Amino acid sequence: MDLLTWLTEPLQYGFLTRALVVTIAAAVVSAVLSCWLILMGWSLMGDAVSHAVLPGVALAYIVGLPFSIGAFVFGAGAVALIGVVRSTTKLKPDTVIGVVFTALFAAGLAIVSSTPSQIDLLHILFGNVLGVTDGELWQVLILGAVTLAVVLFKRRDLTLLAFDRTHAHVIGLNTKFLSALLLGLLALSVVVGLQAVGIILVVAMLITPGATAFLLTRSFDRMLVLAVGITVAASLAGIYASYYLDISTGAAVVLAQSLVFTVVYLVARPNGVLWQRLRVRRSRRGPSARAHVGDEPAGAVS
Amino acid sequence: MSTPIASPAPPALLARNLTVSYNDVRALDAVGVSVGTGSICGLIGVNGSGKSTLFKALMGLLVPAAGTVELYGRSSREARQRGLVAYVPQAEDVDWDFPVSVADVVAMGRYGLMGPSRRASAADRAAVDAALERVGLSGLRRRQIGELSGGQRKRAFVARSIAQDAKLLLLDEPFAGVDRSSETTLTALLQELRDEGRSVLMSTHDLAGVSQLCDSAVLLHNRVLARGRPEDVLTPSNLALAFGGALEIREP
Repeated sequence: MDLLTWLTEPLQYGFLTRALVVTIAAAVVSAVLSCWLILMGWSLMGDAVSHAVLPGVALAYIVGLPFSIGAFVFGAGAVALIGVVRSTTKLKPDTVIGVVFTALFAAGLAIVSSTPSQIDLLHILFGNVLGVTDGELWQVLILGAVTLAVVLFKRRDLTLLAFDRTHAHVIGLNTKFLSALLLGLLALSVVVGLQAVGIILVVAMLITPGATAFLLTRSFDRMLVLAVGITVAASLAGIYASYYLDISTGAAVVLAQSLVFTVVYLVARPNGVLWQRLRVRRSRRGPSARAHVGDEPAGAVS
Repeated sequence: MSTPIASPAPPALLARNLTVSYNDVRALDAVGVSVGTGSICGLIGVNGSGKSTLFKALMGLLVPAAGTVELYGRSSREARQRGLVAYVPQAEDVDWDFPVSVADVVAMGRYGLMGPSRRASAADRAAVDAALERVGLSGLRRRQIGELSGGQRKRAFVARSIAQDAKLLLLDEPFAGVDRSSETTLTALLQELRDEGRSVLMSTHDLAGVSQLCDSAVLLHNRVLARGRPEDVLTPSNLALAFGGALEIREP
C-alpha cells in the first residue's frame, strides 16, 4: 500500500472524517487555551472542570438537550462553587477543588447508573469520537469558534492577568472579570474537547500542548503557534494510529501528545534534560571557564 | 505631619488613619502617610511591619477596616482608572520564567490607554520606545524578561510606569537584589522622574539610600513611629524602635 492510499483510505469513511474534524477543532481550541492555563497554574482547575461536567452531560442526554448546554452549566457551576468555598473558608485551593469536583463527578456517576439504558457511560468518560453525529459536530465547531475568537481578542489582557495581576488592577482593569472570563473559556473548551477524547482525558489536551511549547520557547506568540502545531500533528497521528492499530482514538491522541512532550523534554535546547546532562559531564571534565559576574542574568537558565 | 497647607493642589498621596487587621493581628494601626507632588518618600520598616499591607491598601487590593486613601485628591479607584498610579513589584513577586519580552512588559503600561483588544497604536509604540530608551534598555528589548540582571529588571518595570505616564510610582523594595552600579543608575532615574513632577513612594531596607534619595521618610512598625525629613526620622533612637536588635546601617 503506498503512502497516499495509506493516508486517504480512512477518509472514505464519513465517520472518520467527522472524527478528524472534531478532534482537530477541539485540540486546537484546547491547545490555545493551554498556553494561559499552564502560566496561570490552573492545570488542576482544568481537571476539576472536566470531571464536574459529568452530571451535566448525563442530565442533558436524559432530558434531550444538546450535551454542550448541560456540560457548560455544570462546568461553570463547579467553578463558581469552588470560588465560593475558597473565599468563605481557609482551606487551600487544591483542597477545595478536590472536594468539589469529586462530589460532582460522583453525582454524575450516580445519575448515569440510575438510568443505565439511556446513556453509555464509557462514551462520556473516554470519548466516542468515531460516533459523533452531525449535531454534535456543529456544536463542537460553533463553540470552538466562539471560544477561539474571544481568547484571541482578549489575549493581551489574559497574558497580563497571568503575568502581573497587580499591575492589571492598578491600571484600572477588572481582574475579577478577566479571571471569570478565562474560567468560562476553560469550561467552554472542556465542553468542546470532551466529544473528542472524553471527560477523563480532556484535561491532557488542556495542559500538554502548552507545557510542551513552553519548553521550546521564551516568546508567548511562538508558544501559541507551537502549541497549535504540536496538537494538530498529534491529533492526526492519533487518529491514524487509532485506525490502523485499532486502539481507542482518545487514548491515541493523548498518547501522541505525551510522546511529543517526552521527546521535547529530553532533547529540546537549551532546557532538554539530555543536553543538561551532557553539559554537566563536560564541565566536570575541565574547570569551568565561565566566571560568575555580579550583574549576570539571575536565574536565566534553571 | 508636614503637609504643605499653602499649596492648593492636593498631595500625590494622602492616607489617613488606615487600619487593617488579619484575623487578630493588626497589620496597620491608624497609619497616616502623605507624599507631596514631585517628591520621593521612603517607607522604612522590618519585614512584617506592614509595608506590603500599606501598598495593598493604597492600591485598593484590600479594604481597610478604617481610614481613607486619596491619590491626587481622588479615590484610589478613580486614580487607577485614570492611569495615575503605577506599581513596581518586588523581585520575588514576579514570575521571571514567564514568556514575555522586555518590550512586552513595558507595553503593558499602555494597556489602560488602549482599546479593548489592547492593540498598540503608533503612539503606544512610540511611548514604549521612548520609555525603553530612557531607562537604557533599548538594546535589550527583545530579551525575555528573566534574561535581564537584577538592576535591569527593575528598570524595565520603571519603564513600564514611564510608558504609562503614571504620576505616582509605588515601588516595593526597588533596591533589593540590585548591585551597586545599577543602584546608582536607578537612583538617578528616580530623581529625574521626581524632577519632572512625578511622585514616588518606595519601601526599602536600604537606610543609606533613603537619606540620599528621599525627600521624606516614614518609619513603620504597624503604626507610624516617625515621619518627616530623612535625617529627622533616621535617628538612632527611632531606628532602635523600628528594627529592635536587628539593625544594620550601611554607610554610604
